[in-house]
Amino acid sequence: MSTAQAPPSDLAPRVLSNDPDDHETPHGREEEWRFTPVAKLGDFFESGQRGSVTATESEFVTMTPAEADPSTVEKDAHWVASDLPSALARTNATSIVSISIPAEREVDDIVVVDLTGSEKLNYGRIEISAGAFAKATVVLRLDMTTDVSGIVVTDVADQADLTVLALYDGPRTSRHVWQWATTVGRDASFLGLAIALGGSIIRLQQNVRYAGPGGSAELLGAFLASDEQFQEFRIFVDHNEPHCVSNVVFKGALSGAQAHTVWIGDVRVRREAVGIETYELNRNLLLNDGPRADSVPNLELETGDVVSAGHASATGRFDDEQLFYLQSRGITEELARQLVVRGFFVEVLDKVTDADLRRDVIRRIEERIGMDAIEQQLTDVDA
Amino acid sequence: MSTLQITDLHASVVTDAGETPILKGVDLTVESGRTQAVMGPNGSGKSTLAYVIAGHPKYTVTQGSITLDGEDVLDMSVDERARAGLFLAMQYPIEVPGVSVSNFLRTSATSIRGEAPKLRTWIGEVKEAMAGLQMDGAFAERNVNEGFSGGEKKRHEILQMSLLKPKIAILDETDSGLDVDALRVVSEGVNRFQEDSGAGVLLITHYTRILRYITPDVVNVFAGGRIVETGGPELAEVLEADGYERFADLAKA
Repeated sequence: MSTAQAPPSDLAPRVLSNDPDDHETPHGREEEWRFTPVAKLGDFFESGQRGSVTATESEFVTMTPAEADPSTVEKDAHWVASDLPSALARTNATSIVSISIPAEREVDDIVVVDLTGSEKLNYGRIEISAGAFAKATVVLRLDMTTDVSGIVVTDVADQADLTVLALYDGPRTSRHVWQWATTVGRDASFLGLAIALGGSIIRLQQNVRYAGPGGSAELLGAFLASDEQFQEFRIFVDHNEPHCVSNVVFKGALSGAQAHTVWIGDVRVRREAVGIETYELNRNLLLNDGPRADSVPNLELETGDVVSAGHASATGRFDDEQLFYLQSRGITEELARQLVVRGFFVEVLDKVTDADLRRDVIRRIEERIGMDAIEQQLTDVDA
Repeated sequence: MSTLQITDLHASVVTDAGETPILKGVDLTVESGRTQAVMGPNGSGKSTLAYVIAGHPKYTVTQGSITLDGEDVLDMSVDERARAGLFLAMQYPIEVPGVSVSNFLRTSATSIRGEAPKLRTWIGEVKEAMAGLQMDGAFAERNVNEGFSGGEKKRHEILQMSLLKPKIAILDETDSGLDVDALRVVSEGVNRFQEDSGAGVLLITHYTRILRYITPDVVNVFAGGRIVETGGPELAEVLEADGYERFADLAKA
């Protein structure tokens, strides 16, 4: 419950500044950091000369030197750093990976951006802009072996249609702390897909706001955590414009005694955001005893004049009845488990409309859950 | 020639409250080419019999034996039983989200046959089996049992049976919830399967209606966790006329 002294929203960030000195160092007691293993991220909160994330330049991808003044994309997206890591990345990255789709340009081929870092810890500054009426799919491949503290600032202009898939599939030693902030223009569509498979620690703060009415944002996630992996997804959708839509679906599968995932789904519907539709869902599948999945949906409604607003969250054990059904058809227990896990992710993966890209993502997931054996069995005879 | 031999079978269901005995000494033999009907009132334990044969983990066998051609079925895992030639058409088939019927069927057939069926002949095989059950081809692209009507679920069970070709098939209330047209289609599917494969069928049902389409060799009345009377098809007619009341006392014995 808010008091007279409380900020107008419990969910909106309290400090907005690009100056790292304006932000407190997280200790783990703060609401925003209470699930995160901050003790293992000490270097992420200290200023210093680190490496910068780079990418190979191509038709839509350029490397530009970073400047202190707000960039065009930052201005268009109304983006300002909202915590210490994002302010540090903003201030210390020496270059910007800029992905820019010109207005009215419909790009058929997927824009694949392989991000790499040079030092042990690297600051990443990524900017993505889709001009008015543009249409494109961008894939950010985060297969790097190094640690990254980064920001992705995305501006989707009026009536543009942008899909960004971020794939975290690096080795089990890398740490990722990212803030991904997107502004969705009038009648524009944004589809953000986060696929988290690798890394030792992944913390993704994903913020969405709107720059006009009629915008649509879909945030989807598929994550697999095993052994000692920690994965945290913090979603904040700020419904600040009327007649916009947001749909959040995150699905996670966990195995191993030490795996821990966190999903926080914050949605704020401001007084002026009438006629909006919002829905968020998190489902977690525990493949065995031990893993921990935290799931906290928060919906803050400042107007009742909405089309629909809802959320659902469920964390469940593997369904033994499904296993029995599949096994009663001769399928081994191991294969049955793998089929159920793959089926669990289908709802998210079906949103990847490009067939090759979808196949690549499914292949990576299958590798992580040891599915290749079945496919091999099925394809051998056809060959 | 295959024989499923059930001898003095006792089984309990294990819940948080403890162990409740359900099967109390079942003796039954199902042989290739023959159809054994098991009929009984609600709660008599006839579905439990089906689940115990298939190996559902909820039930514990406390006494007795089940063998298939002399092999100890109780010693096998659920999937081993299926690969040995047992099939259970379930009363309440389970939804498996995200797994398509076509993927499921092919994975099952691969598991049962020990090798993946050749794609070209497999597609023809599935099409023919689906046509026989008056199933639309688009059905194969749907997820297993997800959003299926009662009739679609039962057709899907019989479809699996005809593709997996078990030695002994157990049909657990396959007729329940079917309208007359669907019942006829499903029954014809069962009859065709048995003619083609010569499999043995254990037909578990509450109603006599399905026996107008599938003629049993033997009718067993099941009450109180065991078989209380055995006869020919004429026994079904007696049940149709009189109901299960006269077996109520036997059930308590």
